[in-house]
Amino acid sequence: MKNLFTIYIILILTLSLTNADWTSFRGSAGNGFGNEPGLPTKLDGNKSIAWKVELPGRGLSSPVVVGNKIFLTASSGPRQERLHVIAVNAENGETSWERQFQATGRTVCHSKTCVAAPTAVSNGKVVVAQFSSNDVFCLDLDGNLKWVRGLTLDYPNAANSLGMSSSPIIADGVFVTQVENDADSFSAGLDLGTGKTLWRKSRPKGANWTSPTVLKGAKGEELAVLQSGKGLLVVEPKTGKDRWNYAEGASTIPSTTVMGDSLFIPSNGLTAVKSREDGRSHTQLWRANKLAPGTASPVVSGDKIYVLNKANVLTSANPSNGELGWRLRLKGPFSGSPVANKTHFYVFSENGLGQVVDLTGDEGKVVSTVDLKETILCTPAISGNALYLRSDAHLWKFGG
Amino acid sequence: MKKILYLLLFVNASSILIAKTVYDPIATLVAVGPMGEGNEAAAKAWPKAAALGAEALPELLAAMDKASGIGQNWLRAAVDTIVQRTLKEGKKLPTKELNDFLANTKRIPASRRLAFELIQKVSPKRAAKLIPGFIDDPAPELRRDAVALIIEKAVGESNEDSACSLYEKALAAARDVDQIELTAEALREKNRVVDLPKIMGFLMRWKVIGPFDNTDREGFNVPYPPEKKIDFSATYDGKNDKVKWTDFSTSDQFGKVDINLEYGELKQVVAYAHNTFQLFEARELQFRLGCKNAWKVWLNGKLLFARDEYHRGQRIDQYVFSAKLKKGKNEILVKFCQNEQEQSWTKQWEFQLRLTDASGTAVLAGNRLPTPTAPATKR
Repeated sequence: MKNLFTIYIILILTLSLTNADWTSFRGSAGNGFGNEPGLPTKLDGNKSIAWKVELPGRGLSSPVVVGNKIFLTASSGPRQERLHVIAVNAENGETSWERQFQATGRTVCHSKTCVAAPTAVSNGKVVVAQFSSNDVFCLDLDGNLKWVRGLTLDYPNAANSLGMSSSPIIADGVFVTQVENDADSFSAGLDLGTGKTLWRKSRPKGANWTSPTVLKGAKGEELAVLQSGKGLLVVEPKTGKDRWNYAEGASTIPSTTVMGDSLFIPSNGLTAVKSREDGRSHTQLWRANKLAPGTASPVVSGDKIYVLNKANVLTSANPSNGELGWRLRLKGPFSGSPVANKTHFYVFSENGLGQVVDLTGDEGKVVSTVDLKETILCTPAISGNALYLRSDAHLWKFGG
Repeated sequence: MKKILYLLLFVNASSILIAKTVYDPIATLVAVGPMGEGNEAAAKAWPKAAALGAEALPELLAAMDKASGIGQNWLRAAVDTIVQRTLKEGKKLPTKELNDFLANTKRIPASRRLAFELIQKVSPKRAAKLIPGFIDDPAPELRRDAVALIIEKAVGESNEDSACSLYEKALAAARDVDQIELTAEALREKNRVVDLPKIMGFLMRWKVIGPFDNTDREGFNVPYPPEKKIDFSATYDGKNDKVKWTDFSTSDQFGKVDINLEYGELKQVVAYAHNTFQLFEARELQFRLGCKNAWKVWLNGKLLFARDEYHRGQRIDQYVFSAKLKKGKNEILVKFCQNEQEQSWTKQWEFQLRLTDASGTAVLAGNRLPTPTAPATKR
């Protein structure tokens, strides 16, 4: 009995630690939701900022958090050819380690974005950082290098002159990346242990800034969801084999959001689909043309999905039928995506205005704002009752 | 005599055996190549390389000379780790050896820049004193800092002639496009003549032919007659009419060959531009191209690179690729395609090409004529 109780306590502790980690773009579940009830609801510049530290370079990439470490990428130099992977102590903001690399792929991109656009990803043991130059670095949590790839060095036409921004995922132990562009467009699965290419498949030619997401299959297996202008392709991470395809087109900017076994695709407004039991096809649940997201990807919280449109209007909707709920105009424009816990929604405008929306009432209500007076293009991270955010110059911790 | 021979054979065999058994982690990092080849061995070697003392830093930097871009990144991570650990332990970096390394201009620019940054990290004053000496350095990564210093002085100089003199010095030394643009603009503001196309090495005079068909973007892969044979007297079937080669020159300060000036703002079309580039000796050069249309470039009939991308932005030096040019006349052919898009930002049908050495220094053709002051052709 005592042993069972010990196991139970260990299990609870493990689960709570796992829940605290924010391991990829828009969180470990790829939907912007963080189960952190103690997040600050007042983003006051003086009181809620735990610390603010300088960064060695530019970046749109989001922080990822594993345990007590925050991992972040940045790029610097006259051509942004210097690539940084940084580990920061979540308690005090001090740099635990930094590794600098040189881009081997093209670093040309639109002035609004930069080479450190994709968010790194972690499985809790290693962190893999990809850049717009398609350089990929896998390090353990202590900064020991495990493998390196230069995907534009390997495939010289794999580039986008406006910049790449797709954030990779780790699914079924495989690093999955979408290197999709007008010229040599592909997705690939790399062995997480060695960086070797497990599979590489051609993808629709066309610039694509969306990020893949992880979907749980009928048997609990992890699948990789690849979005493009053509639609959605669900593949097996270890082989790249197709499971099913949604071919009715999709946006090339906001990404698909996962909630349980449902996918909310920025397609013809917003389209909800789910895998059929055979795992080889899908069912469309609903389609709502009034729920078209702008640049930001939708976020889920509780029993609702929230969509920010091009006019900066936030709309709540019922994920089971697409029925629209309340609407609230926020101050944009927005490049980063929102995040949320069960009670509050957090988003930062390009002008650096942080806005907190209370989700608990009949109507959404902005309950706090903070003006960071810096351009913010990234999506925040949530971990340990804290909110992490970066600009080209700084990394902030709110609360915690 | 026979014994001596056996002895020599034994010594030789032993040394081979020792060479095989001595494990060199740095060499393993250097050996990492494309497609992830060598990563597994490097992952085992890296902790050993990263555990070396600070005295190994010059050796790690020197190894970068032989490594690919991927191998260099493995070495950089080891350097970072050693430096961070050494400084954390309160120990010193071998600054004299790093200084010697930096002074050796035979080393590759990337490793010398890294050596300089290590000196800068532990001895900023010492590093600052080194910067003015980089003004003629073959490494553009170092030269940039010296140019920035001169620009800073020029900005603060109240006497116009002295300021211009400083800007001219900076412009002559600058290799990065942003610094070239900044200094040229400052000189022009002070009514000084700047022949930017010559300074940067843009190709300004071309023979052009078109338009050929690019409906549904298929013309990109159609080998129209100029791809098979260059015959300036020939006439071919174009998209709408017969087409023939004409002279085209540009006076754009960044060498933009705006073919809309020749053919009008057409859609779904292909044009070719040809340049004869004369060299007095064979040498490897960098082709530095900017183009927001799909394009292909051939040198002496050999395809160098092709890119099927439209209207994702254009930059000077957007694409950099190297090729060996022969002594005498070299034929450069550029194919550039316009697609079907109708938005206002998709009108451009143009490219800009310059040839430089590896440091970005312009290489001018032996047959280069003076920079045109006005377009020779205009529709």
